Amino acid sequence: MDAAIRLQGLVKQYDDVTAVAGLDLEVRRGECFGLLGPNGAGKTTTVEIMEGLTAPTAGVVEVLGLRWDKDADQLRARIGVTLQETKLFEKLTVEETLRLFRTFYDRQRARDVETVLREMQLSEKRKSWVQKLSGGQRQRLAVALGVMGDPDILFLDEPTTGLDPQSRRALWDTISALRARGKTVVLTTHYMDEAEFLCDRVAVVDHGKRIALGSPAQLIDDIGGHHLVELSTDLPLPPEAVSDVAGVRSARATGQGAATGLALSIGEPHVALPALFTRLAAHHARPTRLVSRAATLDDVFLSLTGRTLRED
Amino acid sequence: MTESPLFALTMARIREFLREPGAVFWTFGFPLLITVALGIAFREQGPPRQVVAVIEGPRASELAGILRAEPLLAVELLPADVAAARLRAAAVLLTVDGGASAADPIVYRFDPARPEARGARRTADERLQRQAGRRDALATRDETTVARGGRYVDWMVPGLLGMQLLSGALWGTAWNIVTARQRRLLKRLAATPMRRGHYLLSFRLAGLLFVPVQVAVLFVFARLAFGVQIQGSVAAVMALSLFGSWSFAGLGLIAAARAQNTETANGLVNLLTLPMFVLCGVFFSSNRFPGFVQPLIRFLPLSAFNEALRHIVNDGASLASQGAPLAILLVWGVVSATVALRMFRWT
Repeated sequence: MDAAIRLQGLVKQYDDVTAVAGLDLEVRRGECFGLLGPNGAGKTTTVEIMEGLTAPTAGVVEVLGLRWDKDADQLRARIGVTLQETKLFEKLTVEETLRLFRTFYDRQRARDVETVLREMQLSEKRKSWVQKLSGGQRQRLAVALGVMGDPDILFLDEPTTGLDPQSRRALWDTISALRARGKTVVLTTHYMDEAEFLCDRVAVVDHGKRIALGSPAQLIDDIGGHHLVELSTDLPLPPEAVSDVAGVRSARATGQGAATGLALSIGEPHVALPALFTRLAAHHARPTRLVSRAATLDDVFLSLTGRTLRED
Repeated sequence: MTESPLFALTMARIREFLREPGAVFWTFGFPLLITVALGIAFREQGPPRQVVAVIEGPRASELAGILRAEPLLAVELLPADVAAARLRAAAVLLTVDGGASAADPIVYRFDPARPEARGARRTADERLQRQAGRRDALATRDETTVARGGRYVDWMVPGLLGMQLLSGALWGTAWNIVTARQRRLLKRLAATPMRRGHYLLSFRLAGLLFVPVQVAVLFVFARLAFGVQIQGSVAAVMALSLFGSWSFAGLGLIAAARAQNTETANGLVNLLTLPMFVLCGVFFSSNRFPGFVQPLIRFLPLSAFNEALRHIVNDGASLASQGAPLAILLVWGVVSATVALRMFRWT
């Protein structure tokens, strides 16, 4: 299967900031590919280079086998884009905006406005001015505009940032439906649940570099287990005290001072947890706090960089 | 045609304008207010009466009586010191001193540097001499005409239209484009196959649609309120206005080409328009400026427009006779659009 997008050695340098510091990526046709990383990681810059809105400082950029410096017109006709926080024509109606964007694309190829309104659940709002739409409706409109030209690749830059949970889920469903129709989707996000839900493969980026690549499940596997246990005890215990318990893959200390505890990566909970309690009893220690949960991409990021995805 | 991106962009621009509450007032209503204000300020009240003071003394009431019969003079009877003070303060143009008796010459005091004062002296002297017996040596007859098209308001209205069209063209393009850039709408559009030239052209086309309405509103109002008449053809006025507006819009595109925010755009538009309002004969004739800048002034787009429009409106000239100003407008329009497209940044 040939690549929908290929980036090789991508570098983007601004005066005093290196936004992208040597990035290699391949996006396969028909997959939903995520760029996951905290704010300032270089995700938006990378995506804007893929969209032809910014020129790279160095590196190879191939989209659908074409290049931006030679085939820009062709490429623009075949991709769809949503930017972060776009304000559109505030005083046009939803329908007028869709019709306007439709005229930019090839008549035969462009999608029907009625159908898109329905798919994006904007039919009721078709006569509303853009400035009167809620955040969730605006984002759906932005995605609607992105698909008007029936693109081969759809780029979504932080599509659910700033939305309430309900709108987020609604948008996820919309994006899933697009995937089901075979579109290639490239998505940037700093929400790990979004990446896990929507993406076939994820590239984790930090400080302009790719630090991990794989499906969400693979990445979680790589950190040594799908389950985590966070444990605090009345008698502080060092990691060595529990690291050889059956089913425990790794243990490390967390926290400082009064809030010390342990973070354990375990295999199957029904094996590891009983064995853990037995060990605690042997040390005459009682658990004061025990959290057992599934590992997430946030944990992946944490184990790779020591920081969380969301700085807030 | 509804599928044409240029048509769709132009319609979008028009809709945005009509749905903006302030825009309609500023485009159509405000110039009318200016016309009214200026027309009133500079209205023709007949020739102004010239104020003269007759100095109190034995012959004063006799002299004042003769002078009061002259409609061009306003006569006051004042003591010598008060009259002298008023003369110095330019509250009166002329003092007339009859002296002690009929044997004394009548003394006129005035400032010869002021043309109105010389005129007042001549008028007063003529009256007094006639009363004393002066007769004309030659037979003469006066035939008066009312010079329509020669009043200040007739001269001013075309200049106001020029100002309005320039202002509208620049603000209409620059403000809206820079706002779009600031809101990243331009960036969004740049990701589509939309042709860049179409976007810029849609602003010019939408602007043209409002021009006939502006022209009609201004001239109908000026006709009703001040009796201003278009001596030439109305079609010529419309055609010139559309052409001028198209040309001016090019400057707006230049102002909008790079500005990253509306503050910068404001500054650029003011930089382009305000000097032209002063130099190009909007409120007063550009002839008042020294000779060596005249060629420069003539080449400015607003001057060219005002000159051509005045010839059509006040002198009844044809559009075809205005070749030079039309050529100037054409050059500005084409060059500015080409440069703007080259300079234009979408982000």
